Amino acid sequence: MDISDFYDTFFEEAEELLGDMEQHLLELDIDDPDAEQLNAIFRAAHSIKGGAGTFGFDILQHTTHLLENLLDFARRGEMALRRDIVDTFLETKDMLHDQLDAYRNGQEPDADAYDRICKTLQALALQEMGQSVDGGAAPEPAPQPKPVEAAPESPVASGCLNVVLLDVSEKDRATLVEELGNFGKVVSEQGDAKRYVITLETTSSPDDIEVVLCFIVEPEQIEIEASAPSVDAGKGVVEVSSTAEPSAQVVETAPKAAAPVTQAPAKPPTSKPKAAAGPAKSGAESTSIRVPVDKVDQIINLVGELIITQSMLDQTVSEMDGVAHGSLVNGMGLLQRNARDLQEAVMSIRMVPMDYVFSRFPRLVRDLAAKLNKDVELVTEGKSTELDKSLTERIIDPLTHLVRNSLDHGIETPEKRVAAGKPSTGKLTLSAQHQGGNILIEVIDDGAGLNRDKLLAKARSNGLNVSDNMSDDEVWQLIFAPGFSTAEQVSDVSGRGVGMDVVKRNIQAMGGHVEIVSRPGEGTTTRIVLPLTLAILDGMSIKVGKEIFILPLGAVLESLQPTGDDLYAMAGDDLLIKVRDEYLPVIAVQEVLDVANANTEPTECIAVIVQGEGRRYALLVDDLVGQQQVVVKNLETNYRKVPGVSAATILGDGSVALILDIADMHRLSRTKKEAGRLRLPASMHKPMPLKEVEPS
Amino acid sequence: MNMNAASVATVDAHSREFLVFSLGEEEYAIDILKVQEIRGYENVTRIANAPDFIKGVTNLRGVIVPIVDLRIKFHLSKVEYGGQTVVIVVNVGERVVGIVVDGVSDVMTLTPEQIKPAPEFGVTLSSDYLSGLGSLDDRMLVLVDIEKLLNSEEMALVDHITE
Repeated sequence: MDISDFYDTFFEEAEELLGDMEQHLLELDIDDPDAEQLNAIFRAAHSIKGGAGTFGFDILQHTTHLLENLLDFARRGEMALRRDIVDTFLETKDMLHDQLDAYRNGQEPDADAYDRICKTLQALALQEMGQSVDGGAAPEPAPQPKPVEAAPESPVASGCLNVVLLDVSEKDRATLVEELGNFGKVVSEQGDAKRYVITLETTSSPDDIEVVLCFIVEPEQIEIEASAPSVDAGKGVVEVSSTAEPSAQVVETAPKAAAPVTQAPAKPPTSKPKAAAGPAKSGAESTSIRVPVDKVDQIINLVGELIITQSMLDQTVSEMDGVAHGSLVNGMGLLQRNARDLQEAVMSIRMVPMDYVFSRFPRLVRDLAAKLNKDVELVTEGKSTELDKSLTERIIDPLTHLVRNSLDHGIETPEKRVAAGKPSTGKLTLSAQHQGGNILIEVIDDGAGLNRDKLLAKARSNGLNVSDNMSDDEVWQLIFAPGFSTAEQVSDVSGRGVGMDVVKRNIQAMGGHVEIVSRPGEGTTTRIVLPLTLAILDGMSIKVGKEIFILPLGAVLESLQPTGDDLYAMAGDDLLIKVRDEYLPVIAVQEVLDVANANTEPTECIAVIVQGEGRRYALLVDDLVGQQQVVVKNLETNYRKVPGVSAATILGDGSVALILDIADMHRLSRTKKEAGRLRLPASMHKPMPLKEVEPS
Repeated sequence: MNMNAASVATVDAHSREFLVFSLGEEEYAIDILKVQEIRGYENVTRIANAPDFIKGVTNLRGVIVPIVDLRIKFHLSKVEYGGQTVVIVVNVGERVVGIVVDGVSDVMTLTPEQIKPAPEFGVTLSSDYLSGLGSLDDRMLVLVDIEKLLNSEEMALVDHITE
């Protein structure tokens, strides 16, 4: 097996680790950093470094190494965190991400960016260490060469290192001293079994030394520091971090490491970082496995097939004599329950918590708030609400846009907020919750709210048809019109007006809808309602002629049997139905979809009132069959987009039924009418008693 | 079935195997490597506003597969659906499509010498979609490039970039 087979695993892991790192960095309380968090950040950097080293991604390894050093200082409280330091860390994290992408695409990362970030990190290290390390470690303003580990082959000025051995037995100690002799001149050695200090004059890097010593003792038993009279104190100190860090790792994961001395793990040096990387992720991953989505989809398909087979069997068994075949009937009952449970369980595999989406916003909000000079606190609620994976991926862009809008237009500057009697820090809430078969996602800000007058004025100047007595809701809907932006200045954050209509369209494409509630001075709430999954749909099956179609239940408002009194012809070939003082256009399914042998008499049909893309109309069908959950199957996998049809599904008898696209049916009807192919039946003013049909 | 002795004798690296099927009285053949399976014609759901030769879609173990009737496409006079009517499920590119034929008769191996170029005169079936004519004793097989045919614009099976 080629090592490159593992690249993908590494990339995915590294990406997750970077995500973790960012999250922890953002959560860090600068004044009183949580040690656990610092450790977590540190471990993430360390794990990436280890992997990068194993796969030979030098630039990535080196960058993480520098970051890791700094993190180690912070972790041990030797470096006070400041906001700008955290910013640098975040910037480095982004850089690492870029580098990772470059490697993933088989390219070398951007060298200039790499140099720049290295310089920044090195400068930070020198500056910080100059302040906190006493004695001879005077800050050296001269630009340092790259720290030694990254280029071990390059000659390094001779320096003194203190190699400290902790809890090392006398026997091992002798071996170690002998080994150290190979690196240079042992100047002095002193101490006891608990702490034994060997001063070594050497040109080798502490890491090289450590790697060799690790053949004999555990890495946490070794500490290497620059000795006071070192000529190269700055660098020596920078290196300290990398040597002490494995202790945290190993202690945590391998309790036996605390056991004394006699152990001599002979790990090859290359595997060491990997071994250390292992534990950091094992905690998070031991309870989950990574599976390609198509494998899951395959299982979902197979289970769907199983259900169909089961219902076919069920049909056969139900016709048999229940007494004579009692155990078979019982067995079928059991099979049915198990099959349904199995289907439910399999469907839940695709579900991921909203945290997957929300976790990328703290960073965005932080950066954007800083850019806009606003104080914003981000609150997320309902992170554990689950949503279909494919939907979570598609909701990210629209949500990002809404969050940007809230920050840019919604939340005011601190001065304005204080003037308005509000706390200077704005609050942005992202929340998710289940609501029936849907998920409700809200973006709530406590900013200025939408400005009705401004929206109306803007709409007028855009040539939209508006009036002053429009309801608030209607006015808010204006911002979803294409090319609509009320931002006074176009910034790079928002204001180009290309956003909200795209947001709306994306959400509608997912089968959801979006609405806005806004109060002047109190803020704006954008509400997105999405179906939980695209894979399953609550449908109403209808019959036209001999054919069965599925209507999305969400689009069905009611159904009724029209009487001649309710039906009105308009312009000869349009038919309207009057439902509760409202005239709705009537579309006959059999005409639009050319169904043969269907009932052409409107008063003998059933009118299903549906709503799609804001349009309400009545669909004429022959019969309502029932209501059922259907597994949505893509038609375009092997075929093409069919007008008026959104997808297909497989019915209990194994045949295919088409799922109608409510909005598209309307369009299709219009185009067909324009093509002059639709003619209404002449007789439609035949009185008939009104009969309400319960939507089953 | 009646595997030609001569063709067996001349099997070499350049020979190709074809699945022979009949449409009315005519014999056609397609590359056997494109064939996924052969099944009966049943349970096809009609698709509205599609060309008449697209019979609809069917459920192939959980996958929705379009069914094309080549007899209608090639303007054959007699189109009947009976026990002999067969659907050849083919893999073209990433897609799976079923084609309705009157019957499947043979798997033949043709050497390059037995494959003659198709004359350029077809109107219904443009020679663009033929990979040649197979000559076997007194039989003539129309070798259809099924991938090209099914992906063509006139088959209306694929959304061609129109926007």
